[in-house]
Amino acid sequence: MKTCLVVDDSRVIRKVACKIMESLNFEADEAEDGAAALATCRMRMPELILLDWQMPNMSGIEFLRTLRREQGGMRPIVVFCTTENDIGHISEAMGAGANEYVMKPFDREILQAKLAQVGFF
Amino acid sequence: MKPADLTNLADLLHRRSGLVVTPEKIPVIESKLAPVAQRFGFRDCAALFAELPHPPEELAQAITEAMTTNESSFFRDRAPFDHFRDTLVPALCAARADTRRLRIWCAAAACGQEAYSLAILLDAMGLAADGWKIDLIATDLSAAAIARAREGLYSQYEVQRGMPVQMLLDHFTPDGGSWRIAERLRRRIVFRTFNLLDHFGWLGQMDIIFCRNALIYFDAHTRNDVTAKLARALAPDGALVLGAKESGVDMGAWAPGATRGVYLKPRGPQLALVRRA
Repeated sequence: MKTCLVVDDSRVIRKVACKIMESLNFEADEAEDGAAALATCRMRMPELILLDWQMPNMSGIEFLRTLRREQGGMRPIVVFCTTENDIGHISEAMGAGANEYVMKPFDREILQAKLAQVGFF
Repeated sequence: MKPADLTNLADLLHRRSGLVVTPEKIPVIESKLAPVAQRFGFRDCAALFAELPHPPEELAQAITEAMTTNESSFFRDRAPFDHFRDTLVPALCAARADTRRLRIWCAAAACGQEAYSLAILLDAMGLAADGWKIDLIATDLSAAAIARAREGLYSQYEVQRGMPVQMLLDHFTPDGGSWRIAERLRRRIVFRTFNLLDHFGWLGQMDIIFCRNALIYFDAHTRNDVTAKLARALAPDGALVLGAKESGVDMGAWAPGATRGVYLKPRGPQLALVRRA
């Protein structure tokens, strides 16, 4: 089973995203901010990370830049899932090494389509 | 809905669009026609149904449009678009090196996502910049759908279905809470309301026809008639692309292409079979 880490400071969003990912046959773990996500990745690097932008302690973009410099940090597919929907944010995320970008609100169909685009199905 | 109302509606839709409706669609019919009833000032659907034997043209058109399906998305089912980019267009470009002209028709274009998907691929292939003349024509039975297609404005939800974000950045700009297709792509497509039951004469000869998820709504006779007209509209080495759900459609003499839903124009005696259909 493929592994996924859902990083979002909203407990509700984490739960919903984890449910969707489990329905897509992923083993889903969760983290409430970038710092917690980094600690999880250092223990066990997931194959996919769904990443929010605005979070306390360490934002999504800070997490991504740090992750990509870590050993094995280039391996996970990272999909931003965020309310930031302007071109500047999207370009910044892609420039920092994101593989795809989903604008909230999203549903199972959108996530599945995005994951197919990055080679998961 | 009374049996006579269903018969009247079925006659109207079949005559105007080839669409087939059956009794199990009654709940869907009422939900689709309730807004039309309200728009035209009927107190309910039953009052609208009473007009079905002799509806004014404007009402008949609104009923027909409401009953058609305009569901679509960018790069829907992906495989036909990959085949278009990787196989169909390169082969036809090699065959058209002297005229440097390609003619492509989206025959059931709905709200334009399919035509814009093709325009995006063609843009990336750089044919126009290389001096090729590309005729990209998008038609649909629904005038409302074609108006939306011509506008080229899509919701955040619509652009996220099927389209990689880099493509969004390259070909769209934000417009309020929506996304607008680049003007250079919009100008490359000719949009027109067109009924597949009508004569195809104005279209001329096409190299590739996308007619996805339209034939499944027709009865066998109408389907045969439309596929025969599509065959006549295609160049001898042209290709027809149907929808993924249309694998059950009997394509008779057509030769299946390398990708599901792609058919190559019948040749010689096989073409005669299609023409007689």
